[in-house]
Amino acid sequence: MALTWQEARITAAAPETPRVRRLTLAVGWSRPFRAGQHVDVRLTAPDGYQAQRSYSIASSPSRPEAIDLLIERLDDGEVSGFFADVAEPGDAIELRGPIGGAFVWDPPQGGPLLLVGGGSGVVPLLSILRHRAEAAPAVPALLLYSARTQEEVIAREELIRRDAEEPGFRLMLTLTRVPGGRRLDAGRIGEALAALGQPAHTFVCGANPFVSAVSDLLVEAGLPPQTIRTERFGG
Amino acid sequence: MVTRGFTGRRPPRPDAERLPPGQYLTDDFPVLQLGPTPKIDLARWRFTLREGAKPLTSWTWEEFEALPRTRWAGDIHCVTKWSKFDTAWEGVTFDDILAAAGIEAPTAYLLAEGYDDYTTNVPVADLAGGKGMVATRYAGEAIPPDHGGPARLLVPHLYFWKSAKWVKGLRFTQKDEAGFWELRGYHMYGDPWREQRFTGD
Repeated sequence: MALTWQEARITAAAPETPRVRRLTLAVGWSRPFRAGQHVDVRLTAPDGYQAQRSYSIASSPSRPEAIDLLIERLDDGEVSGFFADVAEPGDAIELRGPIGGAFVWDPPQGGPLLLVGGGSGVVPLLSILRHRAEAAPAVPALLLYSARTQEEVIAREELIRRDAEEPGFRLMLTLTRVPGGRRLDAGRIGEALAALGQPAHTFVCGANPFVSAVSDLLVEAGLPPQTIRTERFGG
Repeated sequence: MVTRGFTGRRPPRPDAERLPPGQYLTDDFPVLQLGPTPKIDLARWRFTLREGAKPLTSWTWEEFEALPRTRWAGDIHCVTKWSKFDTAWEGVTFDDILAAAGIEAPTAYLLAEGYDDYTTNVPVADLAGGKGMVATRYAGEAIPPDHGGPARLLVPHLYFWKSAKWVKGLRFTQKDEAGFWELRGYHMYGDPWREQRFTGD
């Protein structure tokens, strides 16, 4: 089945953090999307020049007709700069998807689920934990999230609320650029594994060095490599 | 469809002509893989040709390193949109691997198999005639594990998911069988110049 380009209208836009903007898009799918998947977007200039990028979906598959993308503004970002500064509700872009069949979680896969995100790498993990809360709240899940500062924590209030209200969900936040801040290290991984128990599935998403370091630590902590899925952003 | 307010940043002309549709140029070497980087012990490394389940020939690391070596330099293109120019690889061409095994390709298709259980399909015609190799050097050094070392397939005229990392062998198949990504909606062939990213492209 071909993945065709569709016109998707931006229905809402709001700042999520100082560097991340949340865009809601009205989408019609030819097949349901799964938590963890991404879409390709395509922008076209008046002379026909086009640029494409991939963005993970942050929202839950239970609301397929309106997806949230959380787009971090990159320095000199050709496409992220457009989404940060130019795009407004009412505008349309081209989009196709859903894409990706490895970094996905469906409720029948069960848990426990260990989700490890660095910076905007938390985005596909948000889709997974939102879906879990609705469709499989009994599945234990722990989000180990490394961000630079409190104000750069994506979905901070929601995550804190879920941690307080959802019996099966635990948030462990690590801040790297604050006084006394620390990176995700073997000790922190050990704390997460002690709190969650042996995960059946682990999903790690973030920038290249983050994902390399964390997935090595997880293997060294004894997790079977085939239970760990990784997704990496950027170069 | 013109996107309101999008002007874009075009690469200079010589770069633009080397970029397949939908790709952008990066100077980094991004890493894309399903899971953790496998730890591979060279003392236990083997590279094996199979026809279906039957092993045809197998090499140890020392034996493989003694095969004739070929250099290739050029551009690589990842389906996630980045392209990298002027990458330099060294390894053993598919032709030299078959010659060392003393065989001709028994079928027209194969699956490259990785130590991480990854698979991807490539037609024999896209490896023969100097088009593909098993690379063991990148930029003159051992290939770093995150980039597929100690050995990876290199089929640079196809999207880079075809260039299986941590390759442990090639399995000839009677017909064109889908590998890991091809089973998950990615294109069976993957020509970047025809933008064959997904099934139906």
